[in-house]
Amino acid sequence: MNALLEITTTRNNPHVDPSMAMWEWQIPVYLFLGGMVAGMMIIAGYFLFTGRHKESNCSCFFIPIVSVVLLSLGMFALFLDLAHKLYVWRLYTTFQFTSPMSWGAWILILVYPALIANILIKPTKWMTDKLPILLDYSKKMNEHPFLVKNIGIANMILGMMLGAYTGVLLSTLGSRPLWNTSLLWVLFLVSGLSAAAAFVHLFAKNKYESELLAKADNGFLVIELFVFVMIFLGLLSSARPHIEAAHLLLSGAYAPVFWVFVIGIGIIVPLIIQLLAVNHKVSHTAIAPILVIVGGLILRFVIVSAGQFSHWFNAHLH
Amino acid sequence: MPRYGMVIDTRKCVGCQDCVIACKTENNIPEGYNRDWIVTEAKGKFPDIQLEIRTERCNHCSETPCVSCCPTGASHIQDVGGVVLVEHNMCIGCKACVEACPYDARFIHPDGYADKCTFCIHRVEKGQKPACVEVCPTYCMYFGDLDDPNSEVSKLLQSRKWHINLPDAGTQPNIFYLV
Repeated sequence: MNALLEITTTRNNPHVDPSMAMWEWQIPVYLFLGGMVAGMMIIAGYFLFTGRHKESNCSCFFIPIVSVVLLSLGMFALFLDLAHKLYVWRLYTTFQFTSPMSWGAWILILVYPALIANILIKPTKWMTDKLPILLDYSKKMNEHPFLVKNIGIANMILGMMLGAYTGVLLSTLGSRPLWNTSLLWVLFLVSGLSAAAAFVHLFAKNKYESELLAKADNGFLVIELFVFVMIFLGLLSSARPHIEAAHLLLSGAYAPVFWVFVIGIGIIVPLIIQLLAVNHKVSHTAIAPILVIVGGLILRFVIVSAGQFSHWFNAHLH
Repeated sequence: MPRYGMVIDTRKCVGCQDCVIACKTENNIPEGYNRDWIVTEAKGKFPDIQLEIRTERCNHCSETPCVSCCPTGASHIQDVGGVVLVEHNMCIGCKACVEACPYDARFIHPDGYADKCTFCIHRVEKGQKPACVEVCPTYCMYFGDLDDPNSEVSKLLQSRKWHINLPDAGTQPNIFYLV
């Protein structure tokens, strides 16, 4: 017979007990949108850097517009999550070096100008009709290829920072063993890139770019699988709370949604479809990209929810 | 500079919840929320069962993940006593500190800010004991300066066996449980 260990508590704080559920849908939605926008900034930045903006139908023109919309939606979700909304400005009267959330708040402030600079390279007709002066800006910017290239670099760097911080935000919270892996930022960055490649592939008018991004997405999905393996290796070879956290996803309460939706429908199935598509065995359809995007969203939900569920305990008693 | 801490004698605690009620009254804690609570832990193999009853709250740790993750500086360590506090009108209610605490000692107050035990610092500054310590009918709780070797709490830690909660989490809590 195993030794008995019975713990009861009189604490019943809302969203804390019986298990932590402070962060609800708003945080995973923001992490997903932030990650996908990060990926799109890297893709658009790369296209600018390599001079693809000289082609009239380059995706780097619609990406920043979509990015501004999606990122703003994500930030609105984040705002909805705040419990003390009137004090949100406090984020911008300080910089807390040890807080990834503070870093993130300031990174977001830098991300918008980079996206707007990208938009200004070729504003849409709708914009120039309202503000004809934008045409002058655009003309001047295009006279300086060096400037365009640097806007591309700025978008890539800020995209990296945005994508990475969404993972670091969780991984610094050491009291939640599932998040306590320093590879989380790699997972979120690669997943963000993958969702972004899928999204741009869906809407790209340029055939070369569409094909390139399908191929790139296959690469991202394979890397994502590798990162998962590395994360689990790390957790499973760590302390007891970390091992139990890994088993939450591998064989525990979150296993069905993890294996079926995150790994199966979010990575393996679209990877197979897209591998066949880039090898011209089947034609490109919207199915694979949509699965990748939905899989990326579910990944954030699973990691946020299971991470909050994972916790430290007096391991020597168990 | 003092370092405030608490020593709780689990051999005296009967789990009467006086400390819980005292805290709620003193600090005007809304219904359904708790800054302190009672944990009962039974362990062993029948018939050799050990029972430990203890009153728990924020551990006012020396290593504070709740402070380092705070994006606004609302969560902070007070210079005097090393007490971990939240400045309500600096808190944006992002909940990062709630997630960061391995003891789940924090909650979001219905008014929106992160809330937790303050060691009744408003009383301590006046030379009084924290409300929970003051009311304990079995005198199982002791409050004092852990850095002063002659304080009651230091002497108890020198003379009795004790444990802390979640030592593996590495936060160096300043609440000790005598066994």
